[in-house]
Amino acid sequence: MIRVVLPPHLRQLAQLEGDAMLEIQGEPTLGSVLDALEDLYPVLRGTIRDQVTKQRRPFVRFFACQEDLSHEPPDARLPDEVAAGTEPFFVIGAMAGG
Amino acid sequence: MSGVRALVGTRKGAFILTSDGKRQKWDVSGPHFGGWEIYHLKGSPADPNRLYASQSSGWFGQLIQRSNDGGKTWETVGNNFVYDGVPGTHQWYDGSPHPWEFKRVWHLEPSLTDPDTVYAGIEDAALFSSSDGGQNWQELPGLRGHGSGPQWQPGAGGLCLHTIIIDPSNAQRMFIAISAAGAFRTDDAGKTWQPINRGLRSEGIPDPTAEVGHCVHRIAMHRSRPNVLFMQKHWDVMRSDNAGGSWEEVSGNLPTDFGFVIDIHTQEPETIYVVPIKSDSEHYPPDGKLRVYRSRTGGREWEALTKGLPQSDCYVNVLRDAMAVDSLDSCGVYFGTTGGQVYGSADAGDTWAPIVRDLPAVLSVEVQTLP
Repeated sequence: MIRVVLPPHLRQLAQLEGDAMLEIQGEPTLGSVLDALEDLYPVLRGTIRDQVTKQRRPFVRFFACQEDLSHEPPDARLPDEVAAGTEPFFVIGAMAGG
Repeated sequence: MSGVRALVGTRKGAFILTSDGKRQKWDVSGPHFGGWEIYHLKGSPADPNRLYASQSSGWFGQLIQRSNDGGKTWETVGNNFVYDGVPGTHQWYDGSPHPWEFKRVWHLEPSLTDPDTVYAGIEDAALFSSSDGGQNWQELPGLRGHGSGPQWQPGAGGLCLHTIIIDPSNAQRMFIAISAAGAFRTDDAGKTWQPINRGLRSEGIPDPTAEVGHCVHRIAMHRSRPNVLFMQKHWDVMRSDNAGGSWEEVSGNLPTDFGFVIDIHTQEPETIYVVPIKSDSEHYPPDGKLRVYRSRTGGREWEALTKGLPQSDCYVNVLRDAMAVDSLDSCGVYFGTTGGQVYGSADAGDTWAPIVRDLPAVLSVEVQTLP
C-alpha cells in the first residue's frame, strides 16, 4: 500500500481522517499514484493538477524521502521506500503565506 | 413568520446568518469550508434550499459546492471549467496580449425558474452555465467571441465577470458585467451579445468613451422595471432607462463617486444604495466614516445614512458583491466589509447594527427572504 499524506485542506475535502492509502498495480509512478488518488477521491480532481492537461498546480509540490519530486515527469518511478509503503508520498501546499 | 437568511462569503470560509422577520436576533453558522476563499454563495429563487457556493484557493484551485437543505449540508459538484475552442488572448495590464486562463468563479447566478440551472461568471472573464445542478459546465462562447474579447483587460482584481442579471420579464435577456471590459446584454438567451457602454466615460483607457474597456464594478436592476439599470462604475454612478442602450451619470452630491456596490430597495425602484469609497488607490471610506448613501430619486440627490455605522477611524472596504436587500415589507439592507463586519438595517437604511463584527474579510453577501 502506498501512503499519501495530503495537506489539511485536501484531507478535509476528501473527508479523510488520516492519510490516503492506495493500492497500485505494477510499479508506482508519480502519474499512477495521482491517478489512483483521484479515482479513489474524485473530489480531488482539479485540486492537485489540471483536469485536462494533468499539469501540477503551481502552488502544489510533491515530496518523498527528503527529495523534491515536483518537477519529475508523470512516468517517473517513485522511490522504493514509497513503493514498499515504508515512506509516505507527500502532497504539499507550497509555503506562500496566507 | 417569515425569515431571512444571509449567505456570506469570506476570505476564509462561508457563514450563514439567519433571523426571523424582525431581524433583531441572528444565528450564525460557520465557517463552512474553513480556510477556503468563498467568493460567492447564492440560493435558487425557485427553491430557496438549493444553494450554490464558489470555493477556491490559490493553492488548490476551484470547487463548486451545492446544498439542498439551505446550507446545513453540502456536496461537491463539478469544477471543470474549460473554455470553448481555442481561448485566444485578451490584453494584459500593459496592453500586451495575454492568454485566457481560468482562475476562479466570482459569481454564481441560479436560474429564476429551474434550481438545476445556474450561471457562473469566471476569471478570466467568461460566462458558463450548468443545467444539471452544477455537475457539468459549458461556456456560452458568444460573449467572448462577439469580437471585442481581445481588447478586454483586467482590473486590479483580475479580468473577472462578476455581475449576472437575468431579466424576469424576458427569458431571452440577460446582462453581465466585466472588470475591465464593461457591460454586455444578450437578447437571445446567451447566443449573441452586444456591449452596452454608450455614455460611460473612463479616463484609464486610451479612448475614454470606447465601446469596451470600462471598469464596471456592479449593476443592479429592480425586477419590476427590467429596462432600468443602475451601475457603480470604477468612478461614477450611472443610470440607464433603456436596458443599457445608453447611460447617464447620476453621481450628484455623493462625496466621491468611486465605489463597488450598488443595490435597489425591494419595494421602491427609485430608491438606490451605494457605499462611496475614497478612491481607487485608497480603498476606504472618506474621512474614516462608513456611510451608506441612499437616493430616493433614482440618483443625483443622495443622503448619508450613518446611524449605527462607525463615524470615525473606519478604513474598511465594501466589495462589489457584498451588498444585498431582502424583500420584507420594511426593506432590509445588508452589507459586509473587508474588516469582517456584516451590517444590517431592517428599516431601509435609516438605522444600522452589526450582525457580526469579526468575520474574515467579507467578499460577498446575498440575502434570501424565506416564507
